[in-house]
Amino acid sequence: MMTTKKVIGKEQEEIEKEYREYTVLSLAEYEEGLRNGKLLGLRCASCGGITCHPMPVCQWCGGRILARVELCGAGELTTFTVIRVPSEGFEEEAPYIPCLVKTKEGPCVVGRLDYDTESATQELIGKQVKMSGTHTCKGDKFSDGAHTCPVFKIQE
Amino acid sequence: MRDVAIIGIGHTKFGRASKTSLELFSEAALQAVDDAGVDLKDIEALFQGAALPGFEEGQVTPAAFSAAELNLGEGSIPATRYEGACASASIAIREAAEWIASGQCDMVMAGGVEKALLMGTLFATRIFAMACHAPTEGPAGLTFPGVFAMAARRYSKNYDISMDKLREQMALVSVKNHKHGALNPLAQFYKKMGDLKVEEVINSKLVADPLTVLDCCPFSDGAAAIVLCAAEEARKYTDDPVYILGTGQGSGGALSKMKDLTKPDSRIKSARMAFKHAGLSPSDIDVLELHDCFTIAELIALESMGFFGWGEAAEATADGQTESGGKIPVNMSGGLIGKGHPIGATGASQVYWIVKQMRGEAAKGNQIDPVPEYGMTDTLGGDFGTLCHIILGRGK
Repeated sequence: MMTTKKVIGKEQEEIEKEYREYTVLSLAEYEEGLRNGKLLGLRCASCGGITCHPMPVCQWCGGRILARVELCGAGELTTFTVIRVPSEGFEEEAPYIPCLVKTKEGPCVVGRLDYDTESATQELIGKQVKMSGTHTCKGDKFSDGAHTCPVFKIQE
Repeated sequence: MRDVAIIGIGHTKFGRASKTSLELFSEAALQAVDDAGVDLKDIEALFQGAALPGFEEGQVTPAAFSAAELNLGEGSIPATRYEGACASASIAIREAAEWIASGQCDMVMAGGVEKALLMGTLFATRIFAMACHAPTEGPAGLTFPGVFAMAARRYSKNYDISMDKLREQMALVSVKNHKHGALNPLAQFYKKMGDLKVEEVINSKLVADPLTVLDCCPFSDGAAAIVLCAAEEARKYTDDPVYILGTGQGSGGALSKMKDLTKPDSRIKSARMAFKHAGLSPSDIDVLELHDCFTIAELIALESMGFFGWGEAAEATADGQTESGGKIPVNMSGGLIGKGHPIGATGASQVYWIVKQMRGEAAKGNQIDPVPEYGMTDTLGGDFGTLCHIILGRGK
């Protein structure tokens, strides 16, 4: 005689209810912020440090409780280079200047520097800069589409 | 944990290859088993570095195909591709050593292969840049020379060395490594640029200010492989085993998260891990093969590993302290700059040349005298993303 076997496992609704996402600020939202002229980051509830670009935990202490914050967009030029031999897809843009900027709030960000490539010399390092716009790279078949980075300008 | 020995080594000529990656790796693998005097069937696992085979030949799982074509272990052994960009082979070797040490295996093969030269500069620059942080460094259009150019500018600023002076000091790294590469019959630039001048480096084409093309290593094809076994068995196969005394590995993140481009934490921690594991310090090391993907990279590596104080490696290089007969001979094989840099193979190539030094078999003009007791490799993948160090000794 057949007996009905009890179906074990967890209710689907319960699994859906328990599922949780942790991202406070996604890359897409960060890039949208840039295109709206805002440099967005995350403030850590534990140490007060600012994380930028967005990361899953505080870049300074690993803290898990983060809240969105807007950075002022100003900082100091840490370093830069002039790319003369570019990657495939960047031929039309070269020469151009990627840079590293230490923001007033603490974290460094990578972007482009809006400056004449032929007069960009070592003396620029340490100068005050401010976010002045964005650069969007349309992406290629190896990337997941267009991505945007901040553009900085030297504050004379 | 057991001690681990290297009993066989193989290395193809670096440069432009007409062979496929599978064929290149097979060449190195066959050299290595012949050198060890063992059979292909004795190999119990394969650890293969390969950074970008999907983009070069449309090939993934290359390790499985290599193991199959070589009929390693008479078929169906574990064979895994390791990817840590330019440090791929080093992490493969480190992992292989762990498998021997743990007793999981008694004899394994490790190594690496790459075929990057056929892609041409534009495409190769693109796929190498995949080891940058794609979300933030991608749209900025950073390239690998670009990352190290930014580090060079920081080096100049941090240590108050004028850019003109630093460019001369960096050029001396290229001059030294090309001198030794020109003497190495397996090097991409064998018999070429052996008497390069500082002015030629400085006046060659700018790639990413302030780095010129002669501050950069080339794109290359090539493979290297080694056979490892438990140390207590090594003398059954060879009279001159080389022991793995310590290894270290470290990881970095996006450039923007680095405190200082000239002091990569990933390299500092990896090197310290290796020294601690080996119970040795920089002053014990007699010969060093390090990751000179760019001239500035050699200076940063020397300081991060503790061979020179911060900001002192440029002057030390100019002073000849990294030459044969100096405080620490560096890249006597020619390094990446003179020997070539098939990225997935480079770590295994570095180990190959340290073993050759320890056997007294490096090329005339590159062999140091006396034969070194202790040697070390330093391999960097990505923009300080994957770092690996291996310390080798003639005795345990």
